[in-house]
Amino acid sequence: MGIQIANVSKTYHMGTIEVAALRDVSLEIKDGELVAIMGPSGSGKSTLMNVLGCLDVPSTGSYRLDGEEIGRLKDDQLAVVRSRKIGFVFQQFNLLARTPAVEQVELPMVYAGTRDRRARALAALDAVGLSDRANHRPTELSGGQQQRVAIARALVNEPSIILADEPTGALDTSTSAEIMAIFQRLNRDRGLTVIFVTHEPEIAYHTRRIIALRDGLITTDEAVSDADFHQADARQPVAL
Amino acid sequence: MSSVRVALRALGANKLRTTLTMLGIIIGVSAVIALMSIGRGAQAQVTSQIQSLGTNLLFIRPGATKDQGVRSGAGQAATLTLEDSDAIATLPNVVATAPELGTGAQMLANGQNYQSRVTGVTEEYAAVRNTTLAEGDWITKAQVDGHSNVVVLGDTVAKQLFAEMDPVGQMVRMSVGGRTGANLRVIGVIESKGASGLGNQDDQVYVPITTVMARLFAQRTARGAPNVNTVNVQVISETVMDDTVTAIGDLLRARHKVAQDDFTIQSQQDFLNTFNQIAGTFTLLLGAIAGISLVVGGIGIMNIMLVSVTERTREIGIRKAVGARRRDILTQFLVEAVVVSILGGAIGIALGTGLAGLISTFQIPGQNGAAASNLQTQVGLDSVMLAFFVSAAVGLFFGIYPATRASRLNPIEALRYE
Repeated sequence: MGIQIANVSKTYHMGTIEVAALRDVSLEIKDGELVAIMGPSGSGKSTLMNVLGCLDVPSTGSYRLDGEEIGRLKDDQLAVVRSRKIGFVFQQFNLLARTPAVEQVELPMVYAGTRDRRARALAALDAVGLSDRANHRPTELSGGQQQRVAIARALVNEPSIILADEPTGALDTSTSAEIMAIFQRLNRDRGLTVIFVTHEPEIAYHTRRIIALRDGLITTDEAVSDADFHQADARQPVAL
Repeated sequence: MSSVRVALRALGANKLRTTLTMLGIIIGVSAVIALMSIGRGAQAQVTSQIQSLGTNLLFIRPGATKDQGVRSGAGQAATLTLEDSDAIATLPNVVATAPELGTGAQMLANGQNYQSRVTGVTEEYAAVRNTTLAEGDWITKAQVDGHSNVVVLGDTVAKQLFAEMDPVGQMVRMSVGGRTGANLRVIGVIESKGASGLGNQDDQVYVPITTVMARLFAQRTARGAPNVNTVNVQVISETVMDDTVTAIGDLLRARHKVAQDDFTIQSQQDFLNTFNQIAGTFTLLLGAIAGISLVVGGIGIMNIMLVSVTERTREIGIRKAVGARRRDILTQFLVEAVVVSILGGAIGIALGTGLAGLISTFQIPGQNGAAASNLQTQVGLDSVMLAFFVSAAVGLFFGIYPATRASRLNPIEALRYE
């Protein structure tokens, strides 16, 4: 099923000025793909991520996620789609202050009304190698550990896609490698669709497909050859 | 339940601010509890005093008269006589009657000059009105029949005139309205009943009613018979009060040959009802004044919640990104506001109860030398429940606006908020 975007435009009104953040973009991403969306700031990649993540709706055009039309949904309906189908990982981790890791991971399940929250949260923490940090608060965790909690939170509701917005932007190179390795493993072993939004080519070459944006248009959309693909090694720093 | 835990964690994160927010509610609730306890305490005190006089008493007073179009107030007319009192005493269910004739009087004794009230009574008065003597004797039938120059003093009067001296056997010179008056021998002193909402009952003296009429002052009815102010009627039991009121009314109308009542009959219950109505209004007024501070406390909650929503914009963005709907965010902030106000309310109830206890240790000086007594307070379950639910409602009401603002935040902007 995956993602089908057809002729999507997004226009923002800033006072009297109209800003076209996306211009007639069409795109298809299949289940299980590992994709990077690249582009300089102002290219529209953040807007595309917001639309893909159901945080925002296109001004015109169609967005179908797993066959369901998203483009015309209301706020609360979008919240339900996010809850069931999308997991976010952010550059700044975006964990709740003063909240133990296991409760961070339980949060999406609270809003989705899932049962057995504690057990599933612990399993998700185990999947990112943090089962021994379940009761630690963000201030007691390193940056890499915090980002792993965020990944556990993103995957706990078994979403269709994980959207990662500069997920290594606040991390050092060796920690970045660990994080990329986790994403690649989740993609390979669980068949999760993972979409990175980044401006770093080195991160992009850890994916199988690079979509480049400029001025709200897709300029290139090509597969990464096996020769260029970097298999992240948790023991090796990601070269930047 | 988990939303309460989330609220408690958020509140615990900034304890000083939470405490200051709660302070408004704490002060409001404790003021409501303490002030209402004073109203309730006064009500309970007076009620028990009225009931101690006996709930099977009726009071008959002359009614309002209309003389050539001039109306005078109730009790002013001279229509009740000693014969009326004797006739009422023969009715079934009536145990005894005690007529009264009272007025202000000047008293001289032991070199002291004192203004008080003299009440002319019969021998039956002491039994009907539950009056007991501290020393000496009460007025006898022979003294009433013989217009004897004797007097029984109230506790306050005895202290004012004789201080530490034993008053029994002493002489008191008494005059009404500047007339010559009479020399009366003290035969007894009444046990103190204490000051109360009904006035100081110890600040008066009792003289045989015949003596008052013959030597101090007299009023006459239109038919020339000596008039009395009040007839106290002791009824056999509370259950026949209404029947007795009807019987007395029929009797007096027949005796006075009037179509329109020239008398009024009141029971203790009537007094009690009137007083309870007044006291209830008073209590409500105190509660309302204190309630204003609850509203101020509520505005404090709204203020802090608005700041909190702004501060936690990013948190709201995170929650929305992981699937929180508007009502999830709304509920979270409402629960937080209600938890603050209920916690504040509970602390306020405890503090207010403590305050009420403290107030009840204050002494009120007695009027005119009566013994000092404590101010009574009573914390009712109803005022506790009221304070609790009002504080919860205040939190809910003043939490709605901030919570609505939080729930309407755009997740993209909220996530970008620094």
